[in-house]
Amino acid sequence: MTRAAVREWLPAIVVFGVVIVAWEVTLLVLGVQSFLIPRPSVIAASLAEEWSTLARGVVYTGTEAVVGLIVGVALGTVSGLATARWASAREVLLPVAIGASTIPIIAFAPITLNWFGVDSLLPRITIVAAMVFFPVMVNTVRGLTNVEPAALELMTSYAAGQSQTLVKLRAPNALPYWFTALRIATTLSVIGAVVGEFFGGPLYSLGIYITLESGHSRYPSAWAAIILACAMGIGLYLVAVALERLVMPWRTAREMAR
Amino acid sequence: MTIAGGSLPRVTGRPLIAAGGEVAAVRSRRRRIVGLVIVLVVLVVLWEAAKWLGGDPWRIHASISGIAIDYEHVPPLKWRIADDLSVPHVWDIARAFVDPAQRGGPPLGAVLAGQALFTFMEALAGFVIGGALGLTLAVLFVHSRLAERALVPYVVASQTVPILAIAPLVVVALKADWLSVLAVAAYLTFFPVTIAALRGLRAVDPRAIELFRSYAATRRQILRQVRLPTSVPYLFSGFRVAAAASIIGAIIGEQTAGVASGLGSAILNYNQYYATAPERLWATVVVSAFVGFVFVGAINVAERVLTRGRYRPVEGML
Amino acid sequence: MTMDAAGASEGLASAAAGSAVVVEATDVGKVFGTGTAAVAALEGIDLKIRQGEFVSLIGPSGCGKSTLLRLIGDLIAPTSGTLRINDKTPMQARLDRDYGMVFQASVLMDWRTIAKNIELPLEIMGYPADERHRRAADLLRLVELEAFADRHPWELSGGMQQRVAIARALSFDPKLLLMDEPFGALDEMTRERMNAELLSIWQRTGTTIVFVTHSIPEAVFLSTRVVVMSARPGRISQVIDIDLPAARVVETRESGRYFELVTRVREALRQNEAGEDLDPVAAERIRAEGLA
Repeated sequence: MTRAAVREWLPAIVVFGVVIVAWEVTLLVLGVQSFLIPRPSVIAASLAEEWSTLARGVVYTGTEAVVGLIVGVALGTVSGLATARWASAREVLLPVAIGASTIPIIAFAPITLNWFGVDSLLPRITIVAAMVFFPVMVNTVRGLTNVEPAALELMTSYAAGQSQTLVKLRAPNALPYWFTALRIATTLSVIGAVVGEFFGGPLYSLGIYITLESGHSRYPSAWAAIILACAMGIGLYLVAVALERLVMPWRTAREMAR
Repeated sequence: MTIAGGSLPRVTGRPLIAAGGEVAAVRSRRRRIVGLVIVLVVLVVLWEAAKWLGGDPWRIHASISGIAIDYEHVPPLKWRIADDLSVPHVWDIARAFVDPAQRGGPPLGAVLAGQALFTFMEALAGFVIGGALGLTLAVLFVHSRLAERALVPYVVASQTVPILAIAPLVVVALKADWLSVLAVAAYLTFFPVTIAALRGLRAVDPRAIELFRSYAATRRQILRQVRLPTSVPYLFSGFRVAAAASIIGAIIGEQTAGVASGLGSAILNYNQYYATAPERLWATVVVSAFVGFVFVGAINVAERVLTRGRYRPVEGML
Repeated sequence: MTMDAAGASEGLASAAAGSAVVVEATDVGKVFGTGTAAVAALEGIDLKIRQGEFVSLIGPSGCGKSTLLRLIGDLIAPTSGTLRINDKTPMQARLDRDYGMVFQASVLMDWRTIAKNIELPLEIMGYPADERHRRAADLLRLVELEAFADRHPWELSGGMQQRVAIARALSFDPKLLLMDEPFGALDEMTRERMNAELLSIWQRTGTTIVFVTHSIPEAVFLSTRVVVMSARPGRISQVIDIDLPAARVVETRESGRYFELVTRVREALRQNEAGEDLDPVAAERIRAEGLA
């Protein structure tokens, strides 16, 4: 299994290594101080230097992202369950949810700030939850309803009740759909938190920090913060993947077998 | 998600449209519109009900077509979130569209319409570029597993970079305003298109490909005749997500680049004056939402036109 | 219905005369859709199936055999006529869990082990845990899959999955087993083997089986009676008693009587085909022009 995993990841790792080394070496050799995109070593140095501020920012922004993620996923799942239960609700609410997901949530950022004030975490949590809500809800509904008709007939033949069909058939069927949405949600959560901060937040929050540093043309530190935000997003994504493997071991086993 | 067993094709919940299905389709579309209207009405009712219970005092002295309406009401509770600053009355927002944005100037609605059009154009341009890039990447990945394994993690990682963080750098790098906006919009667009196109190009029945290989068809012929047509429904589901993303990208790009003629700057502007005229920002939000609906709606229409008469598989996971 | 059928509708089962009537269909009809789009899937179905019989429904596509099976199983309701299962309404029979179903697709749940898949109906019907485990173990032994109890469905071949589906259908001792082309997706050799296994299960459990199939050899090999149906609208055209010996083995497939019966069924099917090939207007025209 590890050999397959290595083969899977090796090309990407190679690309990463090559790009970093080439970037560093080219700029070093040319003797050019790239203004916008500094050498990796310069960025790394800045990262170490600014670590205390950056760490605070990571915690702050990270909290917004994670709390918003949990709230949005919980609400989205519950709404999905409710919507899937009643066919008439589904016909009406699903298109509405899909339509609502086309609204640029970012337009709401200033409004949430006005609701909750600049010092609170709530504006960003609200935005993250709103961004995450729709993919989770839509996917939950799809997963609960995209069941093979023959399986439903089977449950009918057992005279199974609605809740039994839900627990034993629809819910397990919906898990892969739900986890797909969770993966999307994790990346959206960090983006939502940082973008939300753009409109207002404490100085050390990653969003404001990046904006300030870019504004003062201090690009190495700006990039250090960007990379940390990136890492957070990837980290959350990997947590979602790990959770998926934990909850659905049969899927991984099946994929390995293929 | 599959349930093991059997060689029957996976049938999802919706039945195939057969004769008489045309009537059913129209009826369901009508029902959906009615449903939408009902939801909007319910929303407005809840909105105003919340304000009636816990908002600021109501003082309405107006006349509609000659009939005078005088209504005063002091809500029993006090919820900050329902006050006039946080959540203006629906009719105040509506009125903001009609009132002039600046003294003696055209109504806000007209100004916003122009800005919306501008933003839409930029979003569209970014959408086209991002879409083309996404498709190209997908085609590359389909034909080269090595390229896929090497690059897909970065494609995914690219989306974890908060666009707002990159935008200022893009603006400085590209110097031209409109180019930066385009770049940001395209950046947000290419990812959903890549993922959807990859799924679609791969969703081809392997036997169809075997058939074409038996005709000694070239890879390009297989691509054009088999993969691309099969991928159309998947592509469109990706386009829907990309359309919404392109609008967000355009707005963010405008805000960072300081483009005055788009919705992005309108949002920034009315945010500054929120304390005095909250309705204006809300009006802008409504217009932004509308642009989103229209764009995605246009994509849906395009899909229906392009796949007329063909069997369309119901969407699966996002 | 021909004279053949009228007499044979009670058929060989009269040998087991006095055994309870499990399925009684009287003038059953099913129309799908309304108005101009209405399609009569079944018309005037009269059928009596007694306890312990193995009845096959065979006919061309569109003859309503699967529809009839679903009517018996209370998955759809008849639009005319009466249908009694174990002297109850089909719905009551379903609520009382009188029957088990097996489809062409095994419809096993990926997320459950084989043993847990077999326990599914037992869980729904509220059997206690140790009873469930015991029954599952017994059934695994019955279908000879004990070694696979903890595997997952995708690890099994198509034939094995169908065996699990059959075990699952039998887990709660239904008096009636409804099977809709369960071996349709399997290759010929596996199919013949599954036929033999199904027969041995049938003999050991004494369940009544209603079996829909496309395959004439299969229908003749398995059944005590073969119900031949015709399409447009779906009707029973003939019921053929299969008087092969009760213990059927591989050699039975090579016996003279077997071939006779297969031929009889085939001819019954072809009769239906010939009768309905021509549109009445075209038939009239051809007759008029002396081409018939």
